[in-house]
Amino acid sequence: MAETIILEVTRYSPEQDTEPHLQRYEVPLRKDWVVLDALNYIKDKIDGSLTFRWSCRMGICGSCGMMVNGEPKLTCATFLSSYAAHGVIRVQPLRYFPVIRDLVVDIGDFLSKLQSVKPWLIPKEQTQTFEGEYLQTPEQLDVYKQFSMCINCMLCYAACPVYGLDPVFIGPAAIALAQRYNMDSRDTGAQERMDVLAQHEGIWGCTFVGDCTKACPKHVDPAGAIQQYKLTATVDRLKSLLTPWGSK
Amino acid sequence: MALAYQAGAPLKDMEFMQYHPTGLPFTGILITEAARAEGGYLINKDGYRYLQDYNLGQPTPKPTLRNMELGPRDRLSQAFVKEIERGRGIETPYGQVVHLDLRHLGEKIINTRLPFVRELCLKYENIDPITELIPVRPVVHYMMGGVSTDSEGATPLRGLYAAGEVACVSINGANRLGSNSLAEILVFGARAGKAAAKAALEQKPPGPSVTAQALDEQHRLEGEFLHKRGGRERIAVLRSEMTKAMESGAGIYRNRKSLDDAAAKLSELKERYKNIVIDDRSRTFNTELTAALELGCMLEVSSTIVESALYRTESRGAHQRLDFPERDDKNWLAHTMVSRKSDGSARTEKLPVVITRWPPAQRVYGVQSQVKETAVR
Repeated sequence: MAETIILEVTRYSPEQDTEPHLQRYEVPLRKDWVVLDALNYIKDKIDGSLTFRWSCRMGICGSCGMMVNGEPKLTCATFLSSYAAHGVIRVQPLRYFPVIRDLVVDIGDFLSKLQSVKPWLIPKEQTQTFEGEYLQTPEQLDVYKQFSMCINCMLCYAACPVYGLDPVFIGPAAIALAQRYNMDSRDTGAQERMDVLAQHEGIWGCTFVGDCTKACPKHVDPAGAIQQYKLTATVDRLKSLLTPWGSK
Repeated sequence: MALAYQAGAPLKDMEFMQYHPTGLPFTGILITEAARAEGGYLINKDGYRYLQDYNLGQPTPKPTLRNMELGPRDRLSQAFVKEIERGRGIETPYGQVVHLDLRHLGEKIINTRLPFVRELCLKYENIDPITELIPVRPVVHYMMGGVSTDSEGATPLRGLYAAGEVACVSINGANRLGSNSLAEILVFGARAGKAAAKAALEQKPPGPSVTAQALDEQHRLEGEFLHKRGGRERIAVLRSEMTKAMESGAGIYRNRKSLDDAAAKLSELKERYKNIVIDDRSRTFNTELTAALELGCMLEVSSTIVESALYRTESRGAHQRLDFPERDDKNWLAHTMVSRKSDGSARTEKLPVVITRWPPAQRVYGVQSQVKETAVR
């Protein structure tokens, strides 16, 4: 194994640059280092102005997603050694998002989309704290558990060709999150969420490429959620066509 | 915490810094207590469950509360230090470790009860706990101390409210129990939020003097950081020296000498901090500027930890003084309060502890704890 490896990192400062460009750095190639360790090495030792987001370094916070050799990755979970054969690792900001600076993208659009699907429990009746918990069996938890593992890292958006073409598309994570609550036995908000999702015709544009599911570091399977949702939405539409008096 | 302290709010119980006994070396990633609750063993280089040598009970067929691996975080972290001193740790490129052994639990239990533990080990340490031992060591985890508040989250500084790890509302004493930080933030976060909102509504809007003060502070930051010329000290170097000084001087065990050394090192680092170099002059998402400000804050908070630890001449929970190894309820059933004097130095004093339903008792583990439990019943 070589002693060092080259990182080609996107640099862009809105105050100085008109276009993003790549800058090369040589970093130690250590067996237990991930791409994020290499970025921190650059920031600490070589160039303090290199700008990127990160927080937990353990795949929980979802803030260190970037394009690594063209693929959306959590840089905290991507070992340098996996790229040793290439000799060069290209690190770029998440695809399809506006870049604020270097590797930092604007997440405003994503956050407002997440918010729009009402990602919280909408119980039939709001109870008081002293009345106790909303109970659930392990089997009821299993129905939606996989969708609850999402860490909002946006890798699925950077992987999604539909989002790339149509930024209005509400996107994989938001739909998976909507399903997470729709399928929760304690929740009764499916109709409200469907009204939101139905406004975004983009969902029908999803061609089940499945790249979102492949990119997901938490095995959430957003593609599965979208297909499920399409089915429920179709049934709902048919119902309202056939029995317009009783669908809502 | 540093901002509140600099603004004049006192910090409480800063000597109580919790180590979690099972973190991964290098990354510091935590392996949850659940791994031991399911029956995981802590073993030394000889494969021996060493906790039985440290007054934490004897091995039992099934995991038992307050026994062996299910002893409290402070005592398990202390046992680690002693075991390493006896030369029974395992040497790694990132220092001494012991092993967490889950292999006897089997694939099924690990996959159904501890899936995230396995995922972390596979993804970040490249080991599989089904067949391999997990290297662990104590890692700095939670600050029991913080900005002193009442049960509504109000600090002695009018208008300032705090809740969560930054605060010290005193539900965690000298050693927080697992998951209590979640209860703390849910309960006291809600209370502090409501109280702060109410206070804000009753408050007049800030006058021109407040705006002028904010502008002054902005100019100071620009002068001292963004427009600063020269400077030789790199942020990361100072940060790493600070971490080392705190680990060796104010870590799991402390004494007067180690704390004095840490205090001297912190003074040196604060001087050098004035001479830091900032590569980044941008006003867009400048993370180097935030790193510089954070470092200044961490140096300040570190000093309050060292000063509080020097002040408390006894051992209690996460604060273990080798030169004062006993708990001393007569003199020290008290909080430590530290406030900032106008010259920047720290003033420490005692605040009486309010005892409600549970008077402090002797802490016992292993068989003794069950005897005690039966006696209480």
